[in-house]
Amino acid sequence: MKQFFAFVQKEFYHVFRDKKTLLLLFGMPVVQIVLFGFALTNEKKNSKIVICDYSKDLATQRIINKIATSNNFEIEKALLNHQQIEAAFKTGKIKLAIVFPANFNESLLHVNKAQVQVIADASDPNTATTLTNYVINIIRDYQQELTHQTRQPLQINTTTRMVYNPELKGTTNFVPGVMALVLMLICVLMTSVSIVKEKETGTMEVLLVSPFNPFLVIISKAVPYLFLSLVNLAVILLLSYFLLEMPINGSVLLLFAESTLLIITALSLGLLISNVTASQQSAMLISLMGMLLPVLLFTGFMFPLENMPKPLQIVSNFIPSKWYYIIVKSIMIKGLGFTAIWKETLILFAMTVLLLILSLKKFKTRLA
Amino acid sequence: MRILKFLLQKEFRQIFRNPGILRMIIVVPIIQLLILPLAADYEIKNINVFIVDHDHSSYSQKLVSKIGSSGYFKLAGYGESYQNAFKQFETDNADLILEIPANFEKNLVKENESNLLIAVNAINGTKANVGNGYLTQVIASFNGEIRLAWVSPTRYSSIPLIEVVPVNWFNAHLNYRYFMVPGILVVLVTMVCAYMCSLNIVKEKEAGTIEQINVTPIKKHEFILGKLIPFWIICVFIFSISLLVVARVVYGIVPVGSIALLYAFLALYLVALLGIGLLISTYSATQQQAMSLAFFCMMIFMLMSGLFTPIDSMPGWAQYIAKANPVTYFIDVVRMVMLKGSGFTDIKMHFLIMAGFAVLFNGWAILNYKKTT
Amino acid sequence: MNEAVIATNKLTKKFGDFIATNEITFEVRAGEIFGFLGANGAGKTTAIKMLCGLSKPTAGSASIAGFDIYKQTENIKKNIGYMSQKFSLYEDLTIIENIRFFGGIYGLTDKAIKEKGERLIDQLGLKGETKKLVGSLPLGWKQKLAFSVAVLHEPKIVFLDEPTGGVDPVTRRQFWDLIYAAADSGITIFVTTHYMDEAEYCNRISMMVDGSIKALGTPVELKHQYAAASMDEVFFELARGAKRKAD
Repeated sequence: MKQFFAFVQKEFYHVFRDKKTLLLLFGMPVVQIVLFGFALTNEKKNSKIVICDYSKDLATQRIINKIATSNNFEIEKALLNHQQIEAAFKTGKIKLAIVFPANFNESLLHVNKAQVQVIADASDPNTATTLTNYVINIIRDYQQELTHQTRQPLQINTTTRMVYNPELKGTTNFVPGVMALVLMLICVLMTSVSIVKEKETGTMEVLLVSPFNPFLVIISKAVPYLFLSLVNLAVILLLSYFLLEMPINGSVLLLFAESTLLIITALSLGLLISNVTASQQSAMLISLMGMLLPVLLFTGFMFPLENMPKPLQIVSNFIPSKWYYIIVKSIMIKGLGFTAIWKETLILFAMTVLLLILSLKKFKTRLA
Repeated sequence: MRILKFLLQKEFRQIFRNPGILRMIIVVPIIQLLILPLAADYEIKNINVFIVDHDHSSYSQKLVSKIGSSGYFKLAGYGESYQNAFKQFETDNADLILEIPANFEKNLVKENESNLLIAVNAINGTKANVGNGYLTQVIASFNGEIRLAWVSPTRYSSIPLIEVVPVNWFNAHLNYRYFMVPGILVVLVTMVCAYMCSLNIVKEKEAGTIEQINVTPIKKHEFILGKLIPFWIICVFIFSISLLVVARVVYGIVPVGSIALLYAFLALYLVALLGIGLLISTYSATQQQAMSLAFFCMMIFMLMSGLFTPIDSMPGWAQYIAKANPVTYFIDVVRMVMLKGSGFTDIKMHFLIMAGFAVLFNGWAILNYKKTT
Repeated sequence: MNEAVIATNKLTKKFGDFIATNEITFEVRAGEIFGFLGANGAGKTTAIKMLCGLSKPTAGSASIAGFDIYKQTENIKKNIGYMSQKFSLYEDLTIIENIRFFGGIYGLTDKAIKEKGERLIDQLGLKGETKKLVGSLPLGWKQKLAFSVAVLHEPKIVFLDEPTGGVDPVTRRQFWDLIYAAADSGITIFVTTHYMDEAEYCNRISMMVDGSIKALGTPVELKHQYAAASMDEVFFELARGAKRKAD
């Protein structure tokens, strides 16, 4: 036991003495929380648009006014004709153009119908749809004003209740995702690199030659990262709670327990990677390029999993962080207990066991 | 110059002799280019609606079938009570619950008014908003149909109607892949570039061969060029394969604008990025450090580049960061040139800024790299 | 032919408060095999790094091959060869590729590279093996190859930093044969080592203890001076009072 602690201590020294790695380990989660919390969002404000008004009458003026005073849009320019629209889009600054045909108000009064063209720069389809919808809403508002809100017969009223996240904050969606991402990446990357580094520099052999169970050598490498990851987790939770006002409705203990499970899964994966690579470069490349994007994609917090084609959805089932994401949401946001997530926990547990068996077996054959 | 030739020979030999690295830098980007656009889709579809119908009238059934056939929704099931339905939220089986009260049809006809309750799983705020919007739209449309059946058309259409005609340019089918693929191209090239370059130099530091180089008459700029040029060539190669082969064949994306313009900007961009890789290597003594620094920087660059979320949606301070990020400009240029056919005048500023970055990063790195300590 | 190719005057290197090299003063003449001895941590590697232009001195002066150590480091580099403790050939390049690379770096013409390369390969008995990766060679061969490559361009001086670490005595002897051959052809050899028996092979030696030179002269002179039978004993005499232990 004492020897084990000696190894663990050595590993802690390695980690803490490398300032740049510490920057990554602790800086990354903080940066991600701040960025996701405050900078990365799909809402659009102050989008620059242009208007091409062939009527210039009362109705168009009123509509244009409404648009100008909404905080979604900034009217950059009034165009003279719509040939200029293409040029405006090409500069990249303008996202939307609204065209009012001639005799707009007249058509409205006499024929009860008029058209407005909303031309969107759909090279970013997301922005295009969102902005177009904003315009539609504004015009619908104007239409309501025209009808003087006469009481409609046979009115169906709807009441909407937003459950779990009444303020529609983005945090509830991505904070669990950031947790998953950070834990996965750090544990896999760091463990694999740390073990391979010793292999490369030859110090691994020294350790293996010591009167010490080689498996414990490996485990001692994983321990600092287990500890660091839990600290990281605590930091993320504190930041989310205080800075981003994220709810923590369920049992914090259960959360940490599940997180420990994920950490062990990730560490086993790191161990496996270290067994199949000989150089630090390969270990890093596999961990980063081979893992960063899959985890980012298939956990389900950046892009909804339901949208993906079936084969990709199947692939996502093999990514441990996907199950962890579900577990965290259930505990943190829905406030559920273990009975709700036992299935996901079991899957995660099975993955861990499988990975551990695989990697330890490989490790053994290397020794032999 | 001659020395440079020898340096380049050595670099290329070393890179190509390492099979793992080669596989990584060519195969992995291509795989990701194939998978990412398929997965990266923000469009909200397949929304699961769970129905609690206490009325079981012809109106409630009509409404439900209208919802199911709207194309936005999937009917996830029927329940007896709201409490019962709520469990669907807990298991993520439902995104929305629609509760139709008893006497829905009777009240609508007799009292001219009736209420519906919608509950939304709002963990994903965007999805919740859109889902709710679609559902209220369908209900409103249903409402209009009922009115039409009961009230005479002439009286009804005394309400003026403004019809909004949405038109989408450059991407008529709102194909999200058109948008993502160019951006992903950029990200892939960026990652390979920055990592490989910095790791490569640090590896020499670790192995001690850099000391040998420092003792020879190889000049600083010759050494640096010898490191940058091979990766520059490799990255251009990766970009070319991704753009001309994968993007064209798999996604049918052909640049609308000038390919020469794209390559011109790529050339400049790579110089800037290699400068970053170089810079990172001057601050790292071990490969692990280089990797940590590179990853930290790359992550920020990627997130703040406008690839996943738009820059205009960011608060002021974040926009400054995005503007100081070279990746932002390349993504912009790639999208503008590939999808809209923008020309040189449109991206003049981008060129200028990127040149500035190139000078800044490379200059800083060269200052740092000292043959004598 | 007896000009000083290396001349230092109170050359000093400090790292913060720690004085690694303390005002060392000595000369090395052309064609000499000069042994720079001392225990681990005595300051040898720091000194050699300064002489090669890898490290800037804190104080003092020196000239290498007639060039000033502060202002003319690039000229120094053109005229020296270097072999470090890590040997520093590229392990993932072949023997012939390493030869071509270093030959080219030092400005040899393609023809010269070819000729000298072939001669080197002959001398080392590596004919037919030139396409082997350096990484696959046993340690002793790497050393000999590294040395030969270091003198390929016939520099005025070649600096060897602990070149024979970790090999068997027979290989060490072979290595020193190479050194003699190089010295015969006019190259000055500046070699650091902590193997005291190798000291006997040198023309003159200096001994560093705690950053200063405590002895300077031929092996015979020093043995006489300290009434010792071998360089080992000389070293022991000098280093007994040493404050600095290992690296």
